[in-house]
Amino acid sequence: MERRTFLLAPAVLLAASACAPPRGVTYWNLFTGSDGSRMTEMVNSIDVQVEPVTLTWGEPYYTKLAMAAAGGRAPDLAILHLSRLTSFAGLLDPFDDAMLAANGLTADRFPSGLWSRTSNAGRTYAVPLDTHPLVLFYNTEICGKAGLLDNGRLKPLRGERDLLTAFQRAKQVTGRLGVALAGIHDVNPWRLFWTLYRQQGGDLRPGDRPLDDAKALRTLRFLREVSEQSQFTDYAAAVALFSNGAAGFYWNGEWELATFTEQGLPFDVAPFPQIYDRRGIWADSHSFVLPHQHDRDPERTRRTVEAVSALVRKSLTWSKGGHIPAYLPVANSPDYHSNYRSAADEVELDPPLWFAGTASDMQTTAGAIFGAVMSGAASPESALGDFTSAFRHLANTPRPA
Amino acid sequence: MKTRSGFWFVAPFFALYLVFLVVPLAMGFKYSLTNKSLGGNNDGYLGLANYVELFGDPAVWNALWNTLLFTLVSTPVLALLGLGMALLTNRAMPARWLYRLAFFGPFVLPVSVVVLIWDWLYQPAFGLINDLLTRLGLGTVGWLSSDGLAMTSIIIATVWWTVGFNYLLYLAGLQDIPREMYEVSAIDGATPWQQLRRITVPMLRDTHQLVVVLQILASLKVFDQIYLLTGQGGMPGVRSIVQYIYESGFTKFRIGYASAISYVFFALIAVAALAQFKFFSRRRELR
Repeated sequence: MERRTFLLAPAVLLAASACAPPRGVTYWNLFTGSDGSRMTEMVNSIDVQVEPVTLTWGEPYYTKLAMAAAGGRAPDLAILHLSRLTSFAGLLDPFDDAMLAANGLTADRFPSGLWSRTSNAGRTYAVPLDTHPLVLFYNTEICGKAGLLDNGRLKPLRGERDLLTAFQRAKQVTGRLGVALAGIHDVNPWRLFWTLYRQQGGDLRPGDRPLDDAKALRTLRFLREVSEQSQFTDYAAAVALFSNGAAGFYWNGEWELATFTEQGLPFDVAPFPQIYDRRGIWADSHSFVLPHQHDRDPERTRRTVEAVSALVRKSLTWSKGGHIPAYLPVANSPDYHSNYRSAADEVELDPPLWFAGTASDMQTTAGAIFGAVMSGAASPESALGDFTSAFRHLANTPRPA
Repeated sequence: MKTRSGFWFVAPFFALYLVFLVVPLAMGFKYSLTNKSLGGNNDGYLGLANYVELFGDPAVWNALWNTLLFTLVSTPVLALLGLGMALLTNRAMPARWLYRLAFFGPFVLPVSVVVLIWDWLYQPAFGLINDLLTRLGLGTVGWLSSDGLAMTSIIIATVWWTVGFNYLLYLAGLQDIPREMYEVSAIDGATPWQQLRRITVPMLRDTHQLVVVLQILASLKVFDQIYLLTGQGGMPGVRSIVQYIYESGFTKFRIGYASAISYVFFALIAVAALAQFKFFSRRRELR
């Protein structure tokens, strides 16, 4: 080969591959581990050709997605936590409602609590795949010895005392801790706070006093009491403590279900208990969105919506990871069973503020502040003050996107 | 004619310098005066509002202080430890190559590997260090969970990782000192301590300067090990200024504000570099 051709050939190949759009629907998601393999299984089982790319969960994912959308050359389809929809306003393209309806994706086929959060300024921007709420995992052997079971199932727990007593009795059996929960470097304290605070009817809104102080303090004092039945650990250690049988209960989202099933741990899952007057459970939803493209091709968009429709219909596969299918024809089908299905009707997403939502600044800040109460490093009063000033600062920041 | 050919030799570098340094520098300054966001919209001219905001933002001061603290503590430790290790392995001893390799070894590891190692060592309940403490009958320590200790833990990991570079510089410096000086002084009755103080340390003057200058600059831009060791969202108590710039721009999408902080940090580094330059050039004159 002549030298010039030799040098030119790879360049031409590179240019050609960069210009030609990929044939399948390009799709970014943040599912790794067993969720990742289930998503791959679903993608391979549908008729529409989809080319998935998996990126690291959380901030790195959202940074990359935002940059791709800002450049206008984003993938055709992406996963977004529904609670992040407000923060991604301006970086997403709306769905065509008629096209959604033609593919069977209409409001009546999704839980109303989720669907109401899919729109912005009258346009639909998201199609929910699942609901993933906080739940209460419990070790059936330990809870059985502690006399907390009735017919093999956890007796209903209602109110602060009930729950603390149950944790204490589990602690007497294990000799170590009653409940395992993640507190260090984790947003879990925020999720627990938001659940318990919403159960009292508390609100969060920009202003001088964003929280209802009395309700917030009550929540924080209770979380401190709960932590005394626990050990202050990070996420991985909390999982390990529950799988080793060092704790009778485990407070986290249902997404760890597959971990414990694979280990053959004697455990079951109960809905997050109702402690206060209202029902309400922190949850979020993995949803399909169309990240912004400068030149959106109608033909590709049509295939993208077909793919979304086909994937939500396959969400029985998805539910094996613990997530509750959002698509009601699947969730209501006899093939789907779950002890905490009711949680889908009691979801409390993060408030629709641009700086809130999963992996957002507010969640990590609140996680650290409320985590300090749980570790005993800060008093509920000082944490409330810290959160109020952090929240005011966020609310006064000029909105970027 | 002479000058023209010189220009063409410099041109390739100059073009890259222009495209990748000067232009972004100017664009960054322009952005710092706007509300430029990663999403591209809402980027109206703000004047100095970003600068006003950052001077009143406690997170900026906090991050600056953390960076400064990290630099103030890590620089002397890294310099002295490097010197100490170089002195130890500069004498005739068995298996000297092994010690030299071991002291320099960690430096070749990528940051992700370093962080993986130390993350497991520092695990709160069953990490190697806490496990050892428990076996010795002592209490466990939250290495990365409390702000004060987290900074110490990060500095320990950083020292282990990067001290090899200073060690190498000192080792090279030591080998440049003529043997005769030690022989002569020994004949004159100098003790090893006097030799260290009067010969070794002064003869390493240029190495000291190099190590201190490089170390201060490297420590001021600390980012990766803190970012990786403290997990997503980080810990406000140990967040460095570069990390805060990254978070403002890329996770909070506020490119304008991040540019403004960069410029203030840039100014501070420029002042520090100038002060160092003055200090060393004066000492050179005195010599």
